[in-house]
Order: sequence, then C-alpha cells, then structure tokens
Amino acid sequence: MSAAKMVSITVDGANVQVREGATLLDALRAHGVDTPTLCFLENLTPVNACRVCVVELQGARTLVPSCSRKAEEGMVVHTDSERVRHARKTVFELLGSSVDLSNCGPDVKRWSERYGAEPARFGPPAAPAPEGARDHAHPGHHHAPAGDVAQNVAQPVKVDNDLFVRDYSRCILCYKCVEACGEDAQNTFAIAVAGRGFDARISTEFAAPLTDSACVFCGNCIGVCPTGALVPKREFDLREAGTYDESRQTVTTTICTYCGVGCNLELHVQDNTIFKVTSPLDHDVTNGHLCIKGRFGFEFVQVREGARDSAREKSGGRKD
Amino acid sequence: MDLKLSGAEATTAERAAVDALFGAPESRWEGGDRGDAADSRFARGGHEARARRHLLLPALHAVQDAIGHVSRGAVDYIALRLTVPPAEIYGVASFYALFEMSPMPATVAHVCDDVGCMARGADALIDSLERECGPDGAPCATGRGAWKRSPCLGLCEKAPAVLVRRAGEGRTDATIAPATAAQVAAELQGDPATARAAVRVMDSVRQKGEPHLRLLARVGVVDPASLHDYRSRGGYAALARAFTLGPEAVVREVTDAKLMGRGGAAFPTGVKWGAVLQARALPHHVVCNADESEPGTFKDRVLMEEDPYAVIEALTLAGYATGSAQGWLYVRGEYPEAHAALAHAIAECRRAGLLGERVMGQHGFAFDIELRKGAGAYICGEETALFNSIEGYRGEPRNKPPFPVHEGLFGKPTAINNVETLVNVLEIVRDGAAAYAAIGTEGSRGPKLFCVAGSVAKPGLYELPFGATLRELLSLAGVPDGGRALQAVLLGGAAGSFVTPEEFDVPLTFEGTRAIGASLGSGVVLAFDGTVDMRAIVRRIARFFRDESCGQCVPCRVGTVRQEEALARLCAGAAGTSRDETLVILDDLDRAMRDASICGLGHTAAVAVQSALRKLKLFGEVAK
Repeated sequence: MSAAKMVSITVDGANVQVREGATLLDALRAHGVDTPTLCFLENLTPVNACRVCVVELQGARTLVPSCSRKAEEGMVVHTDSERVRHARKTVFELLGSSVDLSNCGPDVKRWSERYGAEPARFGPPAAPAPEGARDHAHPGHHHAPAGDVAQNVAQPVKVDNDLFVRDYSRCILCYKCVEACGEDAQNTFAIAVAGRGFDARISTEFAAPLTDSACVFCGNCIGVCPTGALVPKREFDLREAGTYDESRQTVTTTICTYCGVGCNLELHVQDNTIFKVTSPLDHDVTNGHLCIKGRFGFEFVQVREGARDSAREKSGGRKD
Repeated sequence: MDLKLSGAEATTAERAAVDALFGAPESRWEGGDRGDAADSRFARGGHEARARRHLLLPALHAVQDAIGHVSRGAVDYIALRLTVPPAEIYGVASFYALFEMSPMPATVAHVCDDVGCMARGADALIDSLERECGPDGAPCATGRGAWKRSPCLGLCEKAPAVLVRRAGEGRTDATIAPATAAQVAAELQGDPATARAAVRVMDSVRQKGEPHLRLLARVGVVDPASLHDYRSRGGYAALARAFTLGPEAVVREVTDAKLMGRGGAAFPTGVKWGAVLQARALPHHVVCNADESEPGTFKDRVLMEEDPYAVIEALTLAGYATGSAQGWLYVRGEYPEAHAALAHAIAECRRAGLLGERVMGQHGFAFDIELRKGAGAYICGEETALFNSIEGYRGEPRNKPPFPVHEGLFGKPTAINNVETLVNVLEIVRDGAAAYAAIGTEGSRGPKLFCVAGSVAKPGLYELPFGATLRELLSLAGVPDGGRALQAVLLGGAAGSFVTPEEFDVPLTFEGTRAIGASLGSGVVLAFDGTVDMRAIVRRIARFFRDESCGQCVPCRVGTVRQEEALARLCAGAAGTSRDETLVILDDLDRAMRDASICGLGHTAAVAVQSALRKLKLFGEVAK
C-alpha cells in the first residue's frame, strides 16, 4: 500500500497535516476544533447550504464552507476570527428566528450560545401559515411585510401516514432528506426542494401526500434529519403527549432479522416500548440507512400476551 | 428508473406539445400507447433517456405555452419521456416564476413594478389595473386574462413595461412598452391587435448611426432579420480574421486587449478563454449568458433584437477560440422578441454554412448553437446557476471552486460570457488588440454600453468610451443642469449602489467607480428626480432580493427576508433605540450575507440598501 500524499495547512496558527483530498472540516476535526455543522453528514454529498461551518481562508474574498472546501498545501485558515464568529452568529440567529430549533439536540444550543445568537432581536414571530399556504407559494412576487413580526416557516404538521410525520416548522432546508431519498442512498426520489427563496420547501410533486408519492417509507430521511422535522410517528406522539422523557430511554443494539444482509439496528425504547429504530452512521453495511422493515417493522417484537390474544380474536382466529 | 406516477393523464394538447419537442414516444416506456407486445420484452429509460434531462426546461415551456400552466398529467408525461422523477420535475418547475403550477387564464400580463418603471409611472398603471381588471393574480371579469406584478422586464428605456404571455395554439408572447392600462385591458380581453397597434414605437438607441459607434454601429441601421445586410456591413469579417490567426492567437488578442467581462463581475475574458482552450477534459463548451435580469439593464436585449447576427458570430468565434463545438445561448424568458430574432438568425446561419460542419468552409471547425429560454429567475444569470438551469435542474448556484473553466456546463470546461462582452470581441479580432486597447482608460479598455433610464428626458442605450463621467452621460440623456435636480442615480443595478449629485463627476470606469465605493455592474444608470419616493425604491430593491434568492443558503434565504422587514420598520417610523437597533441589524445582515452566502446574489443583496442608508440618509444620519 502506497502512503497517501499529505497536505500541510495552518489552522489558527497551528500546523495540521491531512491526507490529500481531505476537506478543511476533516482537518479541523483532526485538529480538535469544534466546528458547527447542520447540513453536513459523513454519508451524504456536502451541499454547503447552511453556512455554519464557514471559516476564514487567507486570500479568499469571502468565507469558505469548510465541509466542502478541499485542503490545499499552504492554506492558512482562521476558525474563530471576528468575521467567522459574526457569520456563524448571524446564521444561527436567522435560523433561530425562522425555524423551530427546539428538538435539535444539544449541539445547536451550545453553538448558538457560544456565538451569542439572539434570534429574538428580529421581532416577535409571525403567526403560523395556514395549512397548505407554504406548499403552493409562487416564486417571483410576495406582498411586502409590515416588519412588525419576523416571518418564519411555522405551519401545521403533515401527518399523512402511520409511520412518520413531517413537521416542516422545524425544517432548515439542509437538503439531507432529499439526498437520502435520492442519489445518496435510496434512489427513490419521492421528495425534492420546490419553490424558491424563503418559500423554498421540501415537497413531493404538487405537495401530494406521501402515500400518493413515490415514497417507499424506508425512513432514511428521518435518519438524516438534524432538526426533528422528520420523526417517527411513535416519537411524535410521545412528544405531543408530553411524555417523551430521555431519562426513561434506552438504546439496544441488535441485528435485523428480516433478511440476510445483517443491518445493525439501534432500538430506542421508552417504558419498555420501541419508539424509534436507527442504524449507526459508521456501520459498514448500512451507513446509517435502513429499509421499511428494519426501520418500522418492529411491532412483532412488542406484541404482549394479552394483545396477541385480542388480535387473534379480532381476526376471528381460534381461541385457546 | 422505477418511476411512480400520480396516474393523472396528460391531455391531448399536453402530449402534443411535448411530442412536438421529442417526437412521438417509441414505446410504452416513454409514455406511448399500449401496443406492441415487444414493449414488455425490453426495458428503456436507462442512461440514454436520462442523458436528455437537459430538455426538461424546454419541455416545461412547451406545456406552459400550450395550456397556460404545468399540470399533474403533463408532469407525469414529461417524467416518462425523460425518465425524471415527478417530484424533481415539480421542484424544477416551481422554481421559475414563469411556470404556473395551477390553472391560469390563457392570457397573463406581467406588469413591471420594479425600480426603472417605478420612476416612470408603474404605480399609476398598476392602480388602474387594480381598478379595471381586479387584483394581482386573479382572473379578470371576462375570465380570459389575468395580470401579475413582475420584476424588471428589461424594457426600462420604454417604461412602464408589460410582458403579455398567451397560451394555446398560434400563441405569441409580446412586450408592450410604454404600456397604458387600456392596452393591457384590451390584451386581457383578448384583443391584442388593438392593444399592440396603439403602442408608441420608441428608439432604444438615440445615437443611432453616429460614426463613433462600435458596439451599436449596426443597431437601428441594419435589418436584424437579414444575414445579407449584416455581412454587407462588416459582419463575419472578425470570424474570417480569427480563422487566419488560429485559436491561440485569438486568445492572445483578447488578452492583450484587456477585455473585462461586461456582465457585472469584470473578469478578464482572455484569461477565461485561455484556461478553457488549454483544458484537457473534453468536450469544451461556450455559453452566452443572455439572462439579463439585473433591474435597470436592457443593453443585451437591444443588441439581440437589433443585431442578432453579431451575437451569433461572436459566440461562434468564442467557440473557435476555446476549442468548443457546442455553443449555448441562454436568453431570459421575458425577452420574446430577442428570442425570436436569435432563433431566426441561427436558422439563417445554419442555412448559409455559418453554423454546422465546417463553419465558413473552415476545415476542422464544426460549431452549432443551442438556443435556450429561461423561465423567470434572476439567479439564473449567475453562471453556475445558469448551467444547472440548462442541465434541467433548479437554478441554484454551485459552490466555487471548481470554477466553470474547469468544471462548468455538464461538468466540462466552459467559457461563459455576457452578450456585450462577446460583441466586444468582434471589435478586438477585427481591428486588433492594440487599436481596441487604445480606447478607454488605463484600467478600463474599450467602449462601454450604458442603460440610461428613469428620470431622464432621453432614456436609452448609450455607447461611450470608458472614461466619460456620469455627468456627461446624464447630460447626453437630456438631464439639464448637471443633474442638480436629481436625488440620486442607481449605478450598476439592484446589486449596485446609489450615487448622489456631488459624485456625478465620477469617471464611468471600473477603477473610477471603485474609488467612490460603487461599481459599474451591468452598466445601469437609473436616475431619480425629486418626484420619486426613494424609500419605496429601496424597499423595492429589498423585495427584489427576497423574491429572487434561490433559497439554498441560509444567509441569503433568510437574510433577505430580515432585511426587507427591517426596512419596513424604518419606513413605518421606527425611532430612537428601535431605529438604532434596526440599523445595526441591517449592518449585521449585510456583513453576514457578503461573507457567508454562496454566490454573488447574496454577496450584493445589501449593497444598494446600505448605500441608500449612508448616502441618501433616508432614515437620518448613519454611522460610517
């Protein structure tokens, strides 16, 4: 095996060596710099849309997205300059004021605090859009706002099937679900980015319900969603009921029993009931992706004795 | 690919429109009738079908033109014909303002309410339309027509402007400028003959025929339909000289002439061409960016309408100089007359052997041009967004690097140039780099076109050598008194900045405008006198960027919304700490969009707003 060619760059004054072809983000992570990312995921093609990973590259007119910029010999990078901090702060403010980030997990909260983001300074949030209004916004013209409230993407949750829901009030338009549904994983192409500008949204053709679309309910879009816009119905119901409680949850790793591929499953359990199934990103069989059976076909695991009997009764089966 | 369709059937008219583009489907795989049993013994729709994805935009245009909107049935049928999933087709179609995703009346008038027309009566026109035809976007009383507000239509010298689009058989799109409410109402009631007969014909070029003109030498003089006329006035002399020089020498001439791009970014054209000519990856492409959409800009439209063969010759020359066999001409969808003139010119050139195998008999040089039409998206003037648009994707800019000269259209080395830039090349190659470089100033060589509109007596397209001052140009356009009565001039378009009368002695050069913190941009000189509400103008610019952001990156997608809201607060009278906080927000947004956006749209989305705050002091004194 030939030794990979190494590239030497300077990160915040320190010399960092990375393999040729590595990105600046690879270099930052190797060097232990905590770099925010939202639209980046190891198993997807970088779209560099969220812009929270931007860094200052000496000699470049604008900041550059570290997730997709390849490291080149001699590059000098600053990750905590005033420009970088300002850009990241503003991006977190813009997102925080237009999207519900409350289910994002601890990273986003930590980063927002680190950069001092104050999303509230843009004004109180506008009322949620009525159902379907954002789905059909036409590009090229909108009615000028009064400026007294901060427009946002708040809208009713889309619940059109039993397996997962789409809560686009939480969507930051990171493109990950589109990539996972399309070329990067599933090759189903049930969803795409539609519309333009602030009215851009993830949509099926003509905003049809998922059940009428090409969706195969593999749930790989849920697996990559960073904000909880896409969640299993079970988890959504727990959160709606106010009973979602991380302290009562466990994760059990197992292997899917449906076929011989051998996908690793992580069963997320609360109160002895599975509410979500994921697969580890770094698992070499799945890369985090599953099929409908692995992700949603867990009901048989938790059929209890009593339930089994009543199910038999319902289906007119034999009584013991 | 396994396509899942909605089951909606395309109508006969929809199928006919798509089939007119692709021919009848060969099998059920492509949407043909159930027939030949052999259909079930082979599969179609592999790489070959998917390689035709770039025909998606033309297919959507065909359906829109036929029935006035893009229906579910039509999307399914196009999906079958091109093997593109319906969700992706929907994503692409809903990106463009000129595609309707739900039924609309057959006639739709797009009425410009942008900055150029605002200075010349757009508000009054829209008020009367609201009274006579009902609200924006709704079918008018007869049900046969509707009108909509539109961003700049590139007809600013004849403002106020309207684009009328008509669906159905024998349809034609047409522009009306200057437009009256009565004309628009007649159009919407299905009486275009009356409407169009009443349009006052105006010259776009008032210098017509003057001996010093180079870029505009033929405009208004030559018959734009006649190839013979074009050739008898020096046409194709430049290409003939290029053939005697060879590609490398042509690139050297363009480099030595120090030609800089005229689209707004001012990149050296010779450097671009040299890189493509040297690029190892094949094939190479040349693209003419005729998606002129910068508010206030109309120069390329006039060149294409009045001197289309010059554009074709120049693009052919660019193809020769960069080793490309394929040229692409992407014209904005709002320019029906320019599109028709170019389509005619391309057909004539093919017939005359000026396109196709062995162009002008030149051994080993085959070149042809594909004419493409945009569909209402300012962002598609960004070069990489334009590539995506041609390829049949949403017009979202790509991250750079890689740059187009390395990975451009279809991932291949691509030289992309603005119309005016290309037409300059004809001058350079015909007369030599030295003669060309002698025109203008040290940092800005050659002649330059300026789009002068707004509060001027003689709006139009003006050609001057680089170096003339803004005051001289304004006086040429009939602004008396050195422009003292003007409040400001918007220089360079919506992505440019405001210049006040004290600065009117600025030389109109790249370096001269840079020295006062402005830019030439696309050559827009939009004048506003005391009657114009400058706050409304600035808010319109903010609205424009909010509408035209592609939505891909957060700083621009949300930043343009917050910028518009902040301006609305200032206009509503925010005072004291509220005013100060709002100004800080605007400044913060400017810096974040400039630094962290993906493309030039985001980088410049706050430039005009900031210059208005600082120079016009619309909301009082501002720091810096």
